[in-house]
Amino acid sequence: MSDTYLQLDKLTLAYGDTVAVKDLDLSIKKGELVALLGPSGCGKTTTMRSIAGLLNPASGRITLDGADITRVSANKRNVGLVFQSYALFPHLTVYENVAFGLRLKGVSGQDLDAKVSASIKSVGLASFASRKPGELSGGQQQRVALARSMVMEPKVLLLDEPLSNLDARLRLEMRAELQRVQKETGVTMIFVTHDQIEALALADRIVVMLNGGIEQIGTPEEIYNKPVSAFVADFVGFENVFALENGKLATSNSLVELSAPVPQAVKGLAWRPRMVILGSGPFQGTVRGTSFAGNVREYLLDTPLGPIKAEVDAGEPSHAIGSTLSFDLPLGAAAPLSRYR
Amino acid sequence: MTPRILSPLVLGLLLIFLIGPFFIIIAASLSAGDTLAFPPQGLSLRWVFKVFTIDSFRDSFAMSMLLAVGGTLAALVLGIPAAYALSRYKLPGAETIRTIVSLPIIVPGIIVGLALLRYLVVPFGFNITLALFFAHTALVLPYAVRVVSASLNNLRSDIEEAAVLLGSSRAGAFFRVVMPNIRGGILAAFILGFVTSFNQVPVSLFLSGPGVRTLPIDMLGYMETTYDPSIAALSALLAFLSIGIVFLAERFLGFSRYV
Repeated sequence: MSDTYLQLDKLTLAYGDTVAVKDLDLSIKKGELVALLGPSGCGKTTTMRSIAGLLNPASGRITLDGADITRVSANKRNVGLVFQSYALFPHLTVYENVAFGLRLKGVSGQDLDAKVSASIKSVGLASFASRKPGELSGGQQQRVALARSMVMEPKVLLLDEPLSNLDARLRLEMRAELQRVQKETGVTMIFVTHDQIEALALADRIVVMLNGGIEQIGTPEEIYNKPVSAFVADFVGFENVFALENGKLATSNSLVELSAPVPQAVKGLAWRPRMVILGSGPFQGTVRGTSFAGNVREYLLDTPLGPIKAEVDAGEPSHAIGSTLSFDLPLGAAAPLSRYR
Repeated sequence: MTPRILSPLVLGLLLIFLIGPFFIIIAASLSAGDTLAFPPQGLSLRWVFKVFTIDSFRDSFAMSMLLAVGGTLAALVLGIPAAYALSRYKLPGAETIRTIVSLPIIVPGIIVGLALLRYLVVPFGFNITLALFFAHTALVLPYAVRVVSASLNNLRSDIEEAAVLLGSSRAGAFFRVVMPNIRGGILAAFILGFVTSFNQVPVSLFLSGPGVRTLPIDMLGYMETTYDPSIAALSALLAFLSIGIVFLAERFLGFSRYV
């Protein structure tokens, strides 16, 4: 990629003897909004901290805007970070929190006031400028943290779980706020999250991480529709995941023939509950559980293939627990996985 | 008696036991007579004024103040970085360090005093004022470390990282965002240390010499030779000084949050 802005090369990060991230390669373009997505312990936060300079890599290289910043200290990188806990300075007012970095840069007088005031105003907190962080709600504190980072015009803005501490309504507001900031300033943003829905909703590109490595990189559509591994498939809602052995579906106790051959490279197949056809097909299953979820009804089936989750429109006739029905896993709908583990 | 009646009764007796002598001292200090006695023989303020004319009290008061202020400041200079390191980093042997730091309040003062006299002052002719200063610094250090640690533990550590990412150095972050937020704890530690040092008797007892005495030691000496109410008057004055300090500290700092 020629227009790479931030580049991680064979980055290995460790805490003492524990390797958290191994040989990570990642290229991010200017102005992109990238999500690092994964379960806790996957190395996403560690990766973010190393970009900020709060953690020195054991090996590898970080390049930002054409310069090698691997050994540049955190206070000289001009990388912003909005902490999960916001990390506002409790003894300073909102105004002084936002002015903190600019004052250190030697900005003063009217220049300072203009920048700080504009920044506070842009996050809608103009009337709160003289309050202390303790007097603000969580959502307001986060906007102060955002303004405090953005006023420095950082090259990259990092956000640690930006939406996880907010309730549903504020989450929506904050999402819009982040999109506004990205649109208005064109800043490159990387945010860390364990919530695939947030990642899908907000990011231009998603980096799914697992066990200190990258599992898949793609647009939200690619991640959602074309997961490449069993882990990603399960993570984005393909709850029926099977390995393939010699072109056959590997279940817990047997190999099941497929209705048509699949390419050698395909190591597994995955279906969303939505894709399972109930009422007809070559397989038989017993309903073990069912639940009503508004517009759909969910079923858990005991089958020779193992447990299968299915989902049908609530308007369809329902099946009682204990009843036996036939079902199909249509090959055409399945997501082909290139990795299964 | 039910516990409901018993506990206020016990509490009341305890309070009388603790505070009672204080009122006796105040009464005795207002005596018009020539000897320390209770009940006082007549009422007058002559002994209160007399206190200020006794030279040795002035000198030993100055010495006590010097030790209390200087020793406590020295303990804070040592204690704040120690508390910071203990609360922010995973140090090998952190528990051992905490225990060692606490030793001066665990080991009886009389032993500390004797040890300093026998192994520092006697063999090396170590300056007594300096020995007193070191002793008081060591005695106050546990309070400095504990109280400052308590306020550091209440402060998020990520604000330092936030300051660094906004362009501050690590040291700068400490002075810009840590110190202002633990100011109350530092002041509380100072007051606690000051009072501890000022009231110290057993250690100072061993480290007094010609012309070098702290106020409590001087008062002991004075009582052995002169049994007049000025000693009660001085005690009352010191008690009011302590009460005043603690009252102001509570009023402006919420002292009890830290201790």
